[in-house]
Amino acid sequence: MQFTVIQRILGILLSLFSLTQLPPLLIALWLNETSLHAFLISFCIILITGLLLWLPVRNIRTDLRLRDGFFIVVLFWAGLGVTGAIPLILSEQPHLSIADAVFESMSGLTTTGATVITGIDYLPKSILFYRHELQWLGGMGIIVLAVAILPLLGIGGMQLYKAETPGPLKDAKMTPRITETAKALWYIYLSMTVACALLYWLAGMSLFDAITHSFSTIAIGGFSTHDQSIGFFDNRAIEAIAVIFMVLSGINFTLHFLAWQNTSLKPYTNDSEFKAYLTFLFAVSIVCCVYLIIKGNYPGVTPAISEGIFQAVSIATTTGFTTARYQVWPDFLPVLLLFSSFVGACAVSTGGGIKVVRVLLLFRQGLREIRRLIHPNAIFTIKINNRPVPERVINAVWGFFAAYISVFALLMLLLMVTGLDQVTAFSAMAACMNNLGPGLGAVSDHYGEINNAAKWLLCFAMLLGRLEIFTLLVLFTPAFWRK
Amino acid sequence: MKIIILGAGQVGSSVAANLVSEANDITVIDTNPDCLQYLSERHDLRTIVGVASHPSVLANAGAKDADMIIAVTNSDETNMIACQVAYTLFHTPTKIARVRNNEYLKHPALFAQEALPIDVLISPEQVVTEYIERLISFPGALQVLDFANDMAQMVAVSAHYYGPLAGKLVCDICSKLPEIEIRIVAIFRAGRSIIPDGNTEIEPNDEVFFIGAPKHIRTLLKTIRSTEKAAKRIIIAGGGNIGMRLAQLLEDRYQVKLIELNSHRAQEVSELLKKTIVIQGDVADEELLLEENIENTDVFCALTNADVANIISSMLAKRLGARKVMALINRAAFVDLVQSNVIDIAISPQQATIGSLLAHIRKGDVVVVHSLRRGAAEAIEAIAHGDSTSSKVVGRKIDEIKLPPDTSIGAIVRGEEVIIAHHDTVIEADDHVILLVADKKQVHEVEKLFQVGITFL
Repeated sequence: MQFTVIQRILGILLSLFSLTQLPPLLIALWLNETSLHAFLISFCIILITGLLLWLPVRNIRTDLRLRDGFFIVVLFWAGLGVTGAIPLILSEQPHLSIADAVFESMSGLTTTGATVITGIDYLPKSILFYRHELQWLGGMGIIVLAVAILPLLGIGGMQLYKAETPGPLKDAKMTPRITETAKALWYIYLSMTVACALLYWLAGMSLFDAITHSFSTIAIGGFSTHDQSIGFFDNRAIEAIAVIFMVLSGINFTLHFLAWQNTSLKPYTNDSEFKAYLTFLFAVSIVCCVYLIIKGNYPGVTPAISEGIFQAVSIATTTGFTTARYQVWPDFLPVLLLFSSFVGACAVSTGGGIKVVRVLLLFRQGLREIRRLIHPNAIFTIKINNRPVPERVINAVWGFFAAYISVFALLMLLLMVTGLDQVTAFSAMAACMNNLGPGLGAVSDHYGEINNAAKWLLCFAMLLGRLEIFTLLVLFTPAFWRK
Repeated sequence: MKIIILGAGQVGSSVAANLVSEANDITVIDTNPDCLQYLSERHDLRTIVGVASHPSVLANAGAKDADMIIAVTNSDETNMIACQVAYTLFHTPTKIARVRNNEYLKHPALFAQEALPIDVLISPEQVVTEYIERLISFPGALQVLDFANDMAQMVAVSAHYYGPLAGKLVCDICSKLPEIEIRIVAIFRAGRSIIPDGNTEIEPNDEVFFIGAPKHIRTLLKTIRSTEKAAKRIIIAGGGNIGMRLAQLLEDRYQVKLIELNSHRAQEVSELLKKTIVIQGDVADEELLLEENIENTDVFCALTNADVANIISSMLAKRLGARKVMALINRAAFVDLVQSNVIDIAISPQQATIGSLLAHIRKGDVVVVHSLRRGAAEAIEAIAHGDSTSSKVVGRKIDEIKLPPDTSIGAIVRGEEVIIAHHDTVIEADDHVILLVADKKQVHEVEKLFQVGITFL
């Protein structure tokens, strides 16, 4: 472990992060809101902390090792969760406790979208913007952003990038240089956000709502500027736009890049993960719609279909926008939706969950075992995109799955220890670990009611989910710290 | 520059590692995912698993807008086909390929533009072999670099404690040898490089770089290495590609013995060589070396594939009395460890080969590049084009040219004549200018210097 290098990079990253306090600060200044001083103070605190870390070691030029990468990424995300909470603590509205503020900022950064705040509609605009900005930065990954704009990270950038990007096949770079790859990801991300914001605006949102909601849509976050989420607008066009962009953001960004580079749709149609992702979304939507129509929860077929599709897409991609109270849907539907969030979005997207490609691999591996029983001597290779998947990757996926489920079970039990009932504990843990947002039971509307210990546990779960468990868990192994 | 490298073997990896540090976009293709993983974990480049000559693989690697492909897979055939594919399907401007087999090399017509579209053929083994051959024929030199079709040479000489160089001023050395025209272009001292002026004092263990015409260099070496006799008896350890080629090159002029462990290979080598005595045995076997008169050997060259075997056997040979030992060492870290310490000359094959590639990557009319000091410095031959209005060098005296720091002009080759650079030498159009760039970061400035301004067009 090279602590001086780690300190130097953390310092740079924190100073960079302090800039994110400026846009809400300007909004507060413009609208003359009381939150102005909160952003001003937090800007100073974060910048000074960053500079204090950076200045003593600014001349150290050692390359990052693999281990340092994990440590930096985890420290930085945890640090952001805490420092990002500063303006929320300081601001008079919404007067949040430390646990609440950290929960809110962590939920934003990890694109979970769970909130502890009620009466969102009455918050100052600057605070609202800030919550969405956090989600937007967390979506593509703030370290990916740093790699894109800070060439000084050099080869170390790759270690950081690998520790942050989701997905099992991290070596597949889109361009030869890591900074170019990171830039490409952010260009795609930015252009999708702009397109989404424009369409929202044309569909009837106010400019402020259009921008903030485009942030949380493309980041697959789920924050809204209204307590009723997207349902507030009661506008089918807006819901349709949201569905389209949630689906798009859940796709592997490498595919967007290839499609844009080759100006063809072939990269999509040739991709197994993309096909599985669409099939899955389609299947969940159909089940929801058909069941809602049969049960007659909604007057008429059209609202049932539109609510069914919106909720299925919003939850299966782990966004967490709501137009209806899906928690009160009949029978198995709420749990089906929660389960679908475990599958989540594609690798190298902004969504959470286990990721479609991993589930696809697990499924094919299971199928292979069945076929092996029938043909004991046959050799089956598991393929993705008609290419054999190395045995190592398949093992890694199994390991990931096992770790994900065990950590989930353990944390859920701990939540129950803090006093939550079983439905609440299960759904809260699923919603946070999959970076989804709304849960069932006591957390179906917001997380304000649960105890502080549970909130800290959920913060940890959100970070686990965003960094795909291993990046965080590796720090808890003795071997990592051995010299 | 966007470069695709085919093959992640020794040459491919070292080329990739060298080029990636110069802001090039590198993609490496190989069939072996393990080699690629090793590379991608250490360098900022993209790797693709696949057969390098397949159009789909090349397309994946971005051949469509690549500026150059370097085909250095193990198979000559793959390399040649890959260049053909890149030319026909992707119109890649520069195609460099390694072709080793003499069966192909014997027919230059094969590589004409309308036949196999390969722009540059490289043969790393041949480059290394010639490099060693020059070292043997210039006793006393640590490095011998050719410029302008062998019309000018740069040699590196180490200043020994009681030798004629140590403790002298640069201007004294030149004035002591009035009959020869040479110039000291650089001094490397303890890992640092110094661009000397007349008052620089040479210290013991310095590596001093001289430039001049070959006949002058020869005289110079004779003067400062008067004690060192020309080599006569040579033992080559290792009968691989390089060992055998070297034996072929030397066997007419020297008494050459070659030691090879593998009896099959030893048999094969003995059939191919005419005068060389091929011995089957372990290169680090003390008894064997003594039996073969190691104490009377002038040069012992350890050229096996294994760095460690080369280092150990040369140390042993030195201990047993070989006058001069050389070892082929792939790992850069080992080179610094043993050079001029236990082993007289450590030969780094990467450094010898990378130069021939760098010449094609450099902008401006750069014809020769030699990489020095593990790539930290470069000796460059560039052609000055244009006239005094369009070029930053033509028509100017040397002290008027705005050279970047740590750079010096050593000599100028004009037609058939080698002119040693003085502060008042005027550069003319089409001169070949030989520069030494002691800090690689300045190379881009040098490139800019030799690029002709818009007015020339």
